[in-house]
Amino acid sequence: MQKDDKRVLTFATLVCVTSSLLLSAAASSLRNRQENNIILDRKINVLQAFGEEVKDERGRKIASADRVQELFNQFITEVVLDAATGEIIDGLAVADVSESDLEQKNKLPLFLWNEDGEVTRYAFPISGRGLWSTIRGFVALDRDLATILGVTFYDHGETPGLGAEIDRPWFQNNFVGKRLWEDGELLSFKVWKGAAPDDHTHAVDGISGATITGNGVTQFLNEDMARYDKFFRTIRET
Amino acid sequence: MAKVSSIVIDPLSDNNPITIQVLGICSALAVTVQMETAAVMCVALTAVLTGSNTIISLMRNHIPNRIRMIVEMVVISSLVILADQIMKAFLFDISRQLSVFVGLIITNCIVMGRAEAFALQNPPKESFLDGLGNALGYSIVLLLVASAREILGSGTWYGLHVLPSNYMGNGMAALAPGAFIIVGLIIWVQRSITHKYETD
Repeated sequence: MQKDDKRVLTFATLVCVTSSLLLSAAASSLRNRQENNIILDRKINVLQAFGEEVKDERGRKIASADRVQELFNQFITEVVLDAATGEIIDGLAVADVSESDLEQKNKLPLFLWNEDGEVTRYAFPISGRGLWSTIRGFVALDRDLATILGVTFYDHGETPGLGAEIDRPWFQNNFVGKRLWEDGELLSFKVWKGAAPDDHTHAVDGISGATITGNGVTQFLNEDMARYDKFFRTIRET
Repeated sequence: MAKVSSIVIDPLSDNNPITIQVLGICSALAVTVQMETAAVMCVALTAVLTGSNTIISLMRNHIPNRIRMIVEMVVISSLVILADQIMKAFLFDISRQLSVFVGLIITNCIVMGRAEAFALQNPPKESFLDGLGNALGYSIVLLLVASAREILGSGTWYGLHVLPSNYMGNGMAALAPGAFIIVGLIIWVQRSITHKYETD
């Protein structure tokens, strides 16, 4: 019996050590590539929110990594806002903001689309709780800072087939042209339960079977818009 | 010892893991909305199943019986994590669409089932072939279900439009109930051809 126990232990240790070595080797050798994929995916989502054609109707990327980088270099500048004052923090790059400041939304990254020396579009990240997970995405606004150019969701752990549909083009396309601001006031945007009333300017159709995911989107979209509106207000006034 | 060819061919029809043994149903329902995800799932499962069968068969004379299941589990889950990591690095978009289902290969009964039922008693070459045969049997059914669901559900096949563009997608085919019905129909057809029934 004693001898058998020893054999079991030895074998178990051997199997565990071998497989963990194998997996850590694989994980560390693939990490760079995986991280690049994630960075590229975020950039694609920013571009998509801005209304650029970087994905086909099934949500697969059609722009090459080089093209994405080129568009970013050509048109987009990133700035960071101070959430408390709503002002741009001079000289601070998004990459230098600490993870916790981003998570707690003390510092707010903002993407500016420049054309002919003017800022014509604005995009910012949005995030919050869905049903199971933190949902992350981007919203882009037209130069009036009221009309939505596009919304994307790129990271979430919602139920496949139900809440996970938020990352599909059919859902995201509903946001295009809707409004977040009217007559000097922020509108309360809503992901409707079921089909939104026709011609509603600040509501989109919900996903059946995913009411809580939709409510989550409603909540954090409004909250994040309010955060950025401190800054947007100063632009609208000038 | 069964003939080599029958090890591969049996699971394609007469002993198909999905339609006869009714294993691996979870993923047959979950990833078959589109051909693309189904195809990638088939490749991933084939890699994991042939790999795990071979490795477990190589170790079969050394695995202490008391911990054999846990050892099988370690082998299988390591392979699955490996497959998942590789997909995240090279097939980022598809791995996002498959989301949790790649990880769920670990709990796919076919993998554990073949390890227990075949790899533990047979040499590596036969175990490899058994894994391959079962993975192919699984893949055939998965691709059939995915074809039916993608065509009925969205009017496309592998992303290509095969039905007139004014075709309204059948929502039920795209959701789980549609998958149940199609899997059921396939099982019915299969069993009436091969005359394999559960007798009572």
